[in-house]
Amino acid sequence: CVGEEIWVDSRTVYIGHKEPPPGAEAYILQRYPDNRIVSSKYTFWNFIPKNLFEQFRRIANFYFLGIFLVQLIIDTPTSPVTSGLPLFFVITVTAIKQGYEDWLRHKADCSINECPVDVVQQGKVVRTQSHKLRVGDIVVVREDETFPCDLILLSSSRHDGTCYVTTASLDGESSHKTYYAVQDTMAFRTEQEVDSLHATIECEQPQPDLYKFVGRINIYKDKEEPVARPLGAENLLLRGATLKNTQHIYAVAVYTGMETKMALNYQSKSQKRSAVEKSMNAFLIVYLCILISKAVINTVLKYAWQWSPDRDEPWYNHRTENERQRHMVIRAFTDFLAFMVLFNYIIPVSMYVTVEMQKFLGSYFITWDEEMFDEELGEGAQVNTSDLNEELGQVEYVFTDKTGTLTENNMEFIECCVDGNVYIPHAICNGQILSAASSIDMIDSSPGGYRREHEDLFFRALCLCHTVQVKEEETVDGIKRGIHQGRPTSFYISSSPDEVALVEGMKRLGYTYLRLKDNYMEILNKDDDIERFELLHVLNFDSVRRRMSVIVKSSSGEYLLFCKGADSSIFPRVVSGKVEQVKARVEQNAIEGLRTLCVAYRRLSECEYQEACHHLNEAKLALQDREQRLAQAYDIIEKDFVLLGATAVEDRLQEKAADTIESLHKAGMKVWVLTGDKMETAAATCYASKLFRRSTQILELTKKRTEEQSLHDVLLSVDCLDFGLIIDGATLSAVLKANQERAGSGNYREIFLEICRNCSAVLCCRMAPLQKAQIVKLIKASKEHPITLAIGDGANDVSMILEAHVGIGIMGKEGRQAARNSDYAIPKFKHLKKMLLVHGHYYYIRIAELVQYFFYKNVCFIFPQFLYQFFCGFSQQHITMETLKRDPSLYRDIAKNSLLRWPVFLYWTCLGVFDAVIFFFGAYFLFDNTTFTSNGQLMTTNTQMMFGNWTFGTLVFTVLVFTVCFSLPWTHTTGPGSITLSSGGLS
Amino acid sequence: MGKEEQELANRPDNTAFTQQRLPAWQPMLSAGIVIPGFVLIGLAFIGIGVALFITSRSIQVLEFDYTGVEQNSPCFNCTGQKVLNCVCNLDFSIDRPFTGTVFFYYGLSNYFQNFRKYSVSKDDSQLYGDITYFKSPSVTCSPYDYDSNNQPIVPCGSIANSMFNDTFKLNNINGSKVDLVPLDGKGIAWWTDYNIKYRNPSITPLKNAFNNTVKPIFWSKPAYELDTTDPANNGFINQDFLVWMRRAALPNFRKLYRRIDKGLPIGNYSLAISYNYPVLSFNGRKKVVFSNVSWMGGKNEFLGIAYLVIGSMCVFMSIVMLIVYAKFKFPEED
Repeated sequence: CVGEEIWVDSRTVYIGHKEPPPGAEAYILQRYPDNRIVSSKYTFWNFIPKNLFEQFRRIANFYFLGIFLVQLIIDTPTSPVTSGLPLFFVITVTAIKQGYEDWLRHKADCSINECPVDVVQQGKVVRTQSHKLRVGDIVVVREDETFPCDLILLSSSRHDGTCYVTTASLDGESSHKTYYAVQDTMAFRTEQEVDSLHATIECEQPQPDLYKFVGRINIYKDKEEPVARPLGAENLLLRGATLKNTQHIYAVAVYTGMETKMALNYQSKSQKRSAVEKSMNAFLIVYLCILISKAVINTVLKYAWQWSPDRDEPWYNHRTENERQRHMVIRAFTDFLAFMVLFNYIIPVSMYVTVEMQKFLGSYFITWDEEMFDEELGEGAQVNTSDLNEELGQVEYVFTDKTGTLTENNMEFIECCVDGNVYIPHAICNGQILSAASSIDMIDSSPGGYRREHEDLFFRALCLCHTVQVKEEETVDGIKRGIHQGRPTSFYISSSPDEVALVEGMKRLGYTYLRLKDNYMEILNKDDDIERFELLHVLNFDSVRRRMSVIVKSSSGEYLLFCKGADSSIFPRVVSGKVEQVKARVEQNAIEGLRTLCVAYRRLSECEYQEACHHLNEAKLALQDREQRLAQAYDIIEKDFVLLGATAVEDRLQEKAADTIESLHKAGMKVWVLTGDKMETAAATCYASKLFRRSTQILELTKKRTEEQSLHDVLLSVDCLDFGLIIDGATLSAVLKANQERAGSGNYREIFLEICRNCSAVLCCRMAPLQKAQIVKLIKASKEHPITLAIGDGANDVSMILEAHVGIGIMGKEGRQAARNSDYAIPKFKHLKKMLLVHGHYYYIRIAELVQYFFYKNVCFIFPQFLYQFFCGFSQQHITMETLKRDPSLYRDIAKNSLLRWPVFLYWTCLGVFDAVIFFFGAYFLFDNTTFTSNGQLMTTNTQMMFGNWTFGTLVFTVLVFTVCFSLPWTHTTGPGSITLSSGGLS
Repeated sequence: MGKEEQELANRPDNTAFTQQRLPAWQPMLSAGIVIPGFVLIGLAFIGIGVALFITSRSIQVLEFDYTGVEQNSPCFNCTGQKVLNCVCNLDFSIDRPFTGTVFFYYGLSNYFQNFRKYSVSKDDSQLYGDITYFKSPSVTCSPYDYDSNNQPIVPCGSIANSMFNDTFKLNNINGSKVDLVPLDGKGIAWWTDYNIKYRNPSITPLKNAFNNTVKPIFWSKPAYELDTTDPANNGFINQDFLVWMRRAALPNFRKLYRRIDKGLPIGNYSLAISYNYPVLSFNGRKKVVFSNVSWMGGKNEFLGIAYLVIGSMCVFMSIVMLIVYAKFKFPEED
């Protein structure tokens, strides 16, 4: 029993805020947070100090602040305004931008926190706002509502005290899960009854694991010993999940607000820095060194040169008394600072403004992109953070969610084949089955009667062999799953979407599963007759056997065992049937990325049935090793099958998902699928989306196949070059944990990374949201520090979206949480292609050119000053969009920040120095030699005038501005706005 | 219907700009364009270079150092200590006539008008004629803002204080006949300087504006008496003052002194120098320069040579490229 566990740190919740009766154990009352969700960073009060602090943590901003202060304090060649004003501008613009973004987050939080919730108070249902919810409140949740916080189920409208929940937005699993109420409370029907409950819940303090919960409920009844019942994860309804197929439930809040498991799976929104910014910072440091050395050289030379008194203080330039009295060291130091200030423009303040502006304006091109506009949603792409535009061109790893991202989360029955005859529901006319006129049809030469029999058995098998529930749909507007519109109809609910698809497919082929009533399954067959089968046993699906069976008794008294399962688990047990034909069809379907299942049956004699019953009952009653004994029993019963046929179900991929993945592959990106879903489902999707090819050798690292002790061997034995890897959450944590425990010796983490790097595709299934983030983190921290991108649509993807360098949210069906927390939100997965291959490419090229050009410009700008100390648009597209989309490998050209590597940087810097030398000495020789003066205008006034200091500077800088401006469009192709911006930046 | 409208509102504009389809132009640098282009540019540059070079050669320049460091220098006597109102004569002859307007410069070397402190040591408001700044000169003028009696100096600052004060008279010696060559000192400064940047206070007579101020320490005459011959050429708009105030960029510089409009014919000349300006203390040099100009300005062979070098490099490169092109002509370029 769970209740007896040691409580290291627990909380006690008073249900309905009723104190336990005196005499019960005394608990310390704790304070719990309210149910407010906070994703914003600033408040109204701390915005200015906090934001300023954040901004001055940037090297460049701090540097300019320093320069500004130096200018204020000492006498320098330039006025403080020259650096103070741009700095002020930069800081203000950034602050406004960040403030606006935070305001949007506040608004989003507000809308969540203020959504209405029904709470039971004094036996009445009171409507309140979500954020006012407290721990201990009893909440009423109705069908299709989302749970406002983590709740313990007390009772439901269903008589058995269960409720169905879909956790699609939490872990991506769209199937319905069953949750249970404690038996002592499940009988409550009305608010009054629920309110009369007098109980406390003891449970652990919140922890992020979605599948773990330990607690105990103590129910006090008058003059009776309190009853204690254990509570587990099956009693805990998580925030973010949705109630399904249950009218309403009563539940009590145990974790609220930021303590809910969903919130704990969030990660705090930390500022993301782009790689370009990082290399910019590195370049800045180089320039800072250049700057300091320049200033030092100048200071040293100054004093060396001034050594002779006639130079130190010629008669025409006397010092003031003050200056003379100043100490030599102080003088040298202030001179040094003055030189720093003089040359400070080598680190361009305007670059930051320009880069910010470029990014901000540039991000509109994503929003404006018509190709990324989705007709269905009526929305285009959204940009939440413009800081990362260029990062889109740098992605090396793509982590994608499966459900709702790659797939539409919509299973569809495609076809079935019975003994090699293919039936396609689409080819049905007025209920008549038309066999597809394919070559497979020709193989069949058996007599019609035999064929007919198998066909009947096959359809019945599919109608009977499942665990689907039927929900009668009263309301007309509730069109949820593929149901016939217009007709009063029912729809199916199951923990496996495949089963729903199959039963629905059967319906379209003329066999409708009606309901399970008093252990009789009713089927409406093609002739509109109702057939009834007595359901005797269900041999549940499990992922080791990969099949499920039912034993039914037909109306004629026959015992039939129907089994469906993966081809690999059915074929070895088949004794007759057209194995070859079916196998061919199954393989063909699998190549097309369809999920295939094989169907077989076995006729049981009375005595065989009794024997099976005996095996099953014995196993079910066993107290020890029940699972194992059941498995043995199943193994005995499921044999000697007659193969009937196979089915094919499509997990509908999103439009062009496969094409997108293929392009990303070609662009040199590694695509990983991280999903909370089952391995089989996920693997099928990977095949369908061409992540895994038929030729891909699949390595499976899953808990079922790999015992922990053999993990080491598995990890070391595989030497792979072009493989696909499947790993599940449990194994992954084993890999990561093993490393922590025995650091150094068996470094699985490294080996795992090594394998992953060599695999063309990796699939991680059964991932908790935080594990997804861990994987992203693991890759981020690997020694190449690749740029990662995470894309997902549900709340379960938020942590990974926040962790990755670039987070992309899909504006999907499962709420907007991912889109809100992402850096970019797009309507469909297919838009990722254009986003990365076109926009990312452009942005990167543009920003790289811009940054390099800025440094070049500033070297040009500053170097003449240094030398002087010794003497005192939108022009073109880089490559067209079509080319970029057609040839994804172009993306590799810019991978790894290639345009901002040191050689390129050096090239630009040398170019800058070279140009600067040319400008300076060109002008110098023109001046030095002569009286170069006349242009036509001056000659007409017949005046021979002298150019002075000012003219010299003007000449040098005019030449410079022209050269620098024209060098941009001529030598380097850049995107829109750059030329205007850079000319602006120059002035 | 409302939804449709909303969709329309959300739909991005389909313009060339928003969809990044603006027409673009990119030079395709193929051999067929680059080689002839280089040849053309090279030839044009060579042409310009030759013209510049020849023109520059035809410009006559005559330069004399009169610092008086050497014993045999005519101004050697004036270099001694405490020699006041020293006049020395520099004799020279011209074999080739200077045609057109001849410009007469004085030159200083090793003189740093570009010292940072020096170059800001003036008060622009004062020089603009703002009388209020006559009483309280800007601190940038320090240490030449107030004299020892705490009287404000006008014009203040190191630049004004160190104004060049040698004067020259040029005589044409024709046998025993000595003719004074007329020197034109009008309009030798920038037009913007004497019309906009520098102004005298609007007080007449000008002398009154300078009440309660003292002249710069090294000056012998106050600012309102700089030119005794022309009353309009006094104060801050005195042409010599303006020429001086426009600071030179480099330590070796020339400044325009006068113009000789009729040119200098062949003959013997004597330049009477009133030697006042001390340069020996900082190892400086003083010189006078006579030069005429052409359409391209003063004598400057650098420009012509630069054009020639660049032009011939272009031609050379085009030849190299032609050879490379002929040898490695790629079949797909056809």
